[in-house]
Amino acid sequence: MANKVLNYIPKDSFMHRLSGTTKLIVFLTFSFLCGLSFDTRVLLFLLVLSISCFFLSHIRLSEVKLMSMFLVVFIVMNFILLFIFNPNYGPELYGSRTVLFHIAGRYDVTLEQLFYQFNVSLKYVIGFPVAILFIATTNPSEFASSLSQIGVPYRISYSVSLALRYIPDIQTDYHEIAQSQEARGVALGKDVKISERIKNSVKILMPLVLTSLNRIDEIANSMQLRSFGKNKKRTWYMQKKMTASDYLVIAFCVVLFVVGMIITNQGGNNLYNPFI
Amino acid sequence: MKNDSVQKVVATGIGAALFFVLARFVAIPSGIPNTNIAFQYAIQAVFAVLYGPVVGCLSGFIGHVLTDMSWGGVWWTWAFATAVYGLIVGFFAKKINIKDGNFSKNEIITFVVANLIANAVAWILVAPIGDIVIYKEDASLVFTQGFVAAAGDFIFAVVIGGLLLYGYTKTIAKSGSLDKE
Repeated sequence: MANKVLNYIPKDSFMHRLSGTTKLIVFLTFSFLCGLSFDTRVLLFLLVLSISCFFLSHIRLSEVKLMSMFLVVFIVMNFILLFIFNPNYGPELYGSRTVLFHIAGRYDVTLEQLFYQFNVSLKYVIGFPVAILFIATTNPSEFASSLSQIGVPYRISYSVSLALRYIPDIQTDYHEIAQSQEARGVALGKDVKISERIKNSVKILMPLVLTSLNRIDEIANSMQLRSFGKNKKRTWYMQKKMTASDYLVIAFCVVLFVVGMIITNQGGNNLYNPFI
Repeated sequence: MKNDSVQKVVATGIGAALFFVLARFVAIPSGIPNTNIAFQYAIQAVFAVLYGPVVGCLSGFIGHVLTDMSWGGVWWTWAFATAVYGLIVGFFAKKINIKDGNFSKNEIITFVVANLIANAVAWILVAPIGDIVIYKEDASLVFTQGFVAAAGDFIFAVVIGGLLLYGYTKTIAKSGSLDKE
């Protein structure tokens, strides 16, 4: 069974030609800046950027349909939940209160709350195209070399590469075990009670863990035979040479991050407050 | 054992892959978004016990980040909390000498205590505080999420992780298990 979720979509585009390292830096810059900043101006700018990057990659929206649908559902649910839990968090955060209309009890719809929730949703939306881009345009084998290039120790990078390599295998294992247990009468469908499902899942996890432990020994032995870990450094089979556009993009990321953080922290905290 | 460090590299990778597969395809929603009661922490606990804190920590972190990425956005504070969880359970690994084939009363108690501490620290302390400080989330929401996650993961990790460890010890011959006839 093909690995359908961390799906590399090979194409020829500007984004595909960039080295994995550059794309990793782009991804981390967006991810951290978007995490740290609550400044709406910065977030909107990031949104425009990330959407334009998405178009540069020639990846079609239909190719990532499932993930985008999940994102929309998640944002809507999160939006409702944020409001139910504390409809007065926005006003607290921004220090002012503009009531639009009243629902019931403590539930007032305020401009501040809507603005706060808009910002939160914005964060989810921004992360999405960049994460998808990174996954869809980076060959999984190149991922490990990128990690090691930005300074992650090569053993850890290699672990990541092993994880990516074995996710499809373990997925297949899981389905095979689940099916053969189902043939023996271990039910897992949605109509089974939760307690029953949990009990039955152990019957699947047990063989899965044991085969995985055997697999670990096997892989470790063959790596040992090939002298893995003998030297302080290693080279990577899939490593792209850095080109001028790579350096340009990285430089841009650095500037973006620094400027973004400066703008964000202007007012003493990481909020952009239009209400004062 | 000289093979140890290579084995840890592999165990981290395979552990992360297991974490990913279970998190992505076999999760039971708890009713609060962002919070699934899931099997991956049971597996992470098992790996932490078998291979120690470093593997427990990194396999969880890598697995968590990859899972989040596959949904299109990494929630770093929770990924970090996952790492803390594996690290803490792993610290108790030396006390749980599973490789000898023992998983009896003492080991079980240690395993339960380890999970209690690790879950409390990771989900009630690290994750919510990170969310409040960095992501400016609402405290009542993240602490509720934290408590639900801590309770769910604790029960799951102890019951399922415990059963898995118990099953694992059955597959290895105990030292001194030979009887004279």
